[in-house]
Order: sequence, then C-alpha cells, then structure tokens
Amino acid sequence: MALLEIKHLKLDFGSGANAARAVDDVSFAIAAGETVCLVGESGCGKSVTAQSIARLVPTPPAVYAGGEILLNGRDVLRMSGKELRQIRGRVVSYIFQEPGASLNPVFRVGNQIKESLKLHQPDRATDAEVVRLLKLVGIPAPEARQRNYPFEMSGGMQQRVMIAMALASAPQLLVADEPTTALDVTIQAQILDLLRDLKQRLGMAILLITHNLGIVGDLADRVAVMYAGQIVELAPARDLLRRPLHPYTRALMNSVPKLRGNLERLSAIPGNVPRTGNFPPGCRFAPRCPVARPECSASEPGLVEVEAGRWVRCPYWNESLK
Amino acid sequence: MTLLDVQNLKVHFPLKTGGFGKPRESVKAVDGVSFTMAPGETLGLVGESGCGKSTLGRAIVRLVEPTAGSILFEGTDLAKISNKELRAHRRQLQIIFQDPFSSLNPRMTVENIIGEALDIHRLVDGKTARRRRVVELLKDVGLDASYIERYPHEFSGGQRQRIGIARALAVKPRLIICDEPVSALDVSVQAQIINLLQDLQREHGMAYLFIAHDLAVVEHISRRVMVMYLGRVVELAEAKTIIRLPQHPYTQALISAVPEVDPDSKRQRIILPGDVPSPIHPPAGCPFHPRCPVAEARCRTEVPVLREVAPNHLAACHLAGKFTEKAS
Repeated sequence: MALLEIKHLKLDFGSGANAARAVDDVSFAIAAGETVCLVGESGCGKSVTAQSIARLVPTPPAVYAGGEILLNGRDVLRMSGKELRQIRGRVVSYIFQEPGASLNPVFRVGNQIKESLKLHQPDRATDAEVVRLLKLVGIPAPEARQRNYPFEMSGGMQQRVMIAMALASAPQLLVADEPTTALDVTIQAQILDLLRDLKQRLGMAILLITHNLGIVGDLADRVAVMYAGQIVELAPARDLLRRPLHPYTRALMNSVPKLRGNLERLSAIPGNVPRTGNFPPGCRFAPRCPVARPECSASEPGLVEVEAGRWVRCPYWNESLK
Repeated sequence: MTLLDVQNLKVHFPLKTGGFGKPRESVKAVDGVSFTMAPGETLGLVGESGCGKSTLGRAIVRLVEPTAGSILFEGTDLAKISNKELRAHRRQLQIIFQDPFSSLNPRMTVENIIGEALDIHRLVDGKTARRRRVVELLKDVGLDASYIERYPHEFSGGQRQRIGIARALAVKPRLIICDEPVSALDVSVQAQIINLLQDLQREHGMAYLFIAHDLAVVEHISRRVMVMYLGRVVELAEAKTIIRLPQHPYTQALISAVPEVDPDSKRQRIILPGDVPSPIHPPAGCPFHPRCPVAEARCRTEVPVLREVAPNHLAACHLAGKFTEKAS
C-alpha cells in the first residue's frame, strides 16, 4: 500500500457561480521512502495540492469538490479535527519557502523545536534532543545556536531550523514547498544536499514542490508536471528529463537557458500562464502549444499511461515528438 | 572606445554614529569596484544576495550616492556633477527593476507611465505626438496599442515588465541597467523577456548592465561576465571563458551549484560551507577565505588584487591561473 494516494482530487475556490477550480482531477501516489516532485508555474495548483494532504487549505474559501486523499489508507478529506491533529506532524510535516515567515520571531529557535517535541514526543522534549536535531540538519555549534532568535540566523540556517522542527515529530512524509526558492544558489546547494542526506538516513518520503526543473534531477524519483490545475505529465524523473513527452514539459525545458548552452535565441513559450478560474477550454495548454491543432481546444484530453509508468495528458504526444 | 568607465567605486552605508555624528561603522556594500563597458555591449553581473550588485547598478545611475570613486560616462564623471547637471545625463542611463508589480505607479495609465519619461525630457510636442510615440514604444516591446488606456493591475507580470522596458526605452538611452529583470517572472515567460531585450539591443544598439543571480541566464545574454563577492569584483572575463575555465574558487563553486537538468551529468559539485560573511566586518585578507576550499595561509592575511591571469581574464585570487579545465 502506498503511503499517500491522491485520487481524482478536485478543489474549488468559492462556490456556486463564482467557483474557480484550482485543482482538477489530480491523482498520484507516493510510496514509503520515495521522493516525488511536483513541478509547475505560479497558479498551477501545486501548492494547494500539497497543502491539502494535511488539509491545511482553509475551507472556505476552498471547497473540496471531489476525490480522496488516502494517507496510510485513510481519507484525509473525511477526518475529524481530532484525527487531523494526529496526522499533522506525526505522519506529514511541512517546510515552506520563506523560513523567516514560518518561525516565530519572539522565541528562541531551540524552544520552538522543543514545542514540536512536546506535542509529538513528550518524553523526548529535552535540550539534548534539540541539540541532536540541530546537529542532524548540519547546524554548527548547536548548543550555542539553540539559544538564537530567528533574526540572528541567515536564511539558510533558518531553513535548517525549519527542517529540524519538521523532523522533530519523525514524519513519514516531508512536504517541502519551494524550500530553496528564497535562498542563494550556494545555500540552495547546501539545503538540497541536506535533504538528500536525510532521505537516505531516515528513509522518509519527500514531496518536493518546485518550479525549477534542475532540482528535479538532483533529488526526485518521480515527477509530476502540473499546468493550469492538472497533471499533464507523470513519469520517473530520469525518463522525464531525458525524454519529456508532453509539449508543455518540452517547451518548459527548452525555454530555460542551460550553462554552456551555446544557443543564439531561446525558444520562448508565447502568451501567459492562465489564471485560476479562467482556464481555456479543451486542452489548457493548446493556446500556447507549438504543435496544437484545432481539435485540441474542442475536447479535454485525459491523462493516459503511454508507456510503463509514464502518463501524459496529450493524445498527440507521439506525433508531436517527431 | 568606452561608454562607461567606473574606477574604484565605493558605496558605504553608515550604520552607527560615534561622537559628533561621525559614522563609526558602515556597511561596505560596494568596496572599490573598477570596470569598463563598450557601447552596445552586455556585461553580466552575478553574485549572491548582499554582494552589492544591485547597489552598484543603482550607484551608476546615482539612485544611491557613491562614497568615493569615479563613474565616467561618455567622458563626464557622474559621481562629481550636481543633481541639475545629472538630469541631462539621466536620459542616457535608464534602469529596469526586478519587481514589475512595485515599479509601476498603480494610479497611472500605461500612456502616462511611458509618457512621463517623454515629458520630463521634453522629447515630444503636443498630445498627439506623445500618444503616437507611446504606441510606437508599446509595439516595440510587443504589446498591443489598445493597452494604452489600461492600468498596471490589468496586466500579468511579463506584460508589466514589458511596460517597464518601454518606459526605459522611451528616452533612447545608451545604457540600461537591468536589475534582475526576469527573476520575478514565471519560467515560461522569462525567455520571452530575454529574447525581447536581445532584439531591442540589436535594433537600438544600447548597452546593458545585466544584473542577475542565475548564471545560465547571464551566460546566455552577456558578452562578458563580472562576479562580485562582498562588495568586490572577484572575477571578470568573457562569458564563455568564465563558465568553462573559472579561475576564482568562488566562481567555480557558484557554477557547480547551478542545478542541472541533465540527469546524466557527472559534474562534481562543490558545496561551500557557511554563509556569506557580514559586509560590516568583512574577513581580513581575502574576503572569501573562510569559505574557500583551497585557501592557504597567506589568504588569511593578504588581500588579493584583481589581476590579469590570462588575456582579458581578471581574477582576485592568489591561486588563480593555476586552475585548468579539469578543476572546473
């Protein structure tokens, strides 16, 4: 049984005539110890999908319009408040993009980690355990650092504290929502290195949300690419990066300059990312797709398994590949 | 011929005042930077947050006042002239900002945002000529003429950045400082703006100082690349050379830290320990030595000067010149 199984998840913002569907029929699974990447641009629904796993999206304005989120076989969408408190932290933990905004500025970081321990593992809520966690995430001089306030730390150090706090409850799944986007490249490399190391040592599953395809190759076992509320491609990471099948994935990879790329001109994707509630009819990428045909805007394509383990939401993927 | 010649530029921000209002400590955001730019060239400027790259860009157009040094632009030292004289030169120097949401006045129409630049420098006579020129500029940056009456909130990030570019273009500048112009945009829109900037340069021949933290973008758009660390230039060379054969250990680490899409890449990653030190009390000797994987004893005491380690390749490192293709 998979650790997490999302089936046909549908989420609206607003209701009735004003309802805007932000997540539309998203399905994927994460096995224990596996790392899955959700890739997409702003407004594609990747963060809302990830936050739904512990039901962190406030309802209202959000309305779950259908689907299931099975965590260890139990549907999160049907859980009571008490049951939710038992999975939050213990089964699934989160780290977010801006560590500075996630930490409480008026408490020492050591106490904030201890708070998480008190909640989830009261018998281990000791200074020694806090120091062990800070050491685990690679913070030098943890005995002294646990007495720091968040403002006394750099962004990279703050993100390490956030990770330590997430690990304090020994989760089975760590959801990292753009954990390195606010950090510099050399610090980003440190944090990615840390996540890779923790994944191997602790064997927990990771759901990594990013807009950077470069990070995917570094960390992920499998990748789901999202566009306008839907998964358009789902594949093992190496296969997807070597041979992307959906026209959007391919266009996205080609539009990013590569080091030592030697390109005269970038192949840009025309137009803009569609906004939630304003998705075009039929295939949502059709208006920007370089290989679109008239049929594409007529009916919505489904996500189809075209090769073992490779799912694509484009009936013409094979022809457009030539 | 040089368009811009910056010599020993310093921008220090006073922090605490001692007796009689004299600054006791200061943030040395830019600390002795020298470089030149040719007309129509693109110089890339990379570095991590806090390295002083944006401050340098702003100091050149004097949005922040330089503490010392000279900024020779077409023979005039911009650092020494009065504000009134500066106004005439500002027409030649424009800037595009990172955040297209905060750099456009939300209460002005597109026509007035772009037209204001024309008014200030008295470049058009009368309303019809002004409107005609604004439409022309909108077309230049790939926007529809019908957008002229709209307000910034009606546009996406990429379209707003195009408006910012049209505003800079309005006065026909010789140099545009591009301060992270694509960092705030969606990945699929970044390429559009990069292509637009290149097309406009081919057409109008202005120079770009292109500030960014994304090395791949900088390599793509620039002829030469300059790397800054803690307020100083640590390396300056042709774009292709600096990526293939970086001579400064910091540049090497920066390049190796760029996440690569290719899953078969066998590149060795250099992970730098620690964080960028404080620019208030930069380390003695080479400012990079506490994080440097190859630092020697003298790096802790002797400040390395920016020297030519190969033709047209400058690096500020005692050990530079010894790194070969293998090391990168």
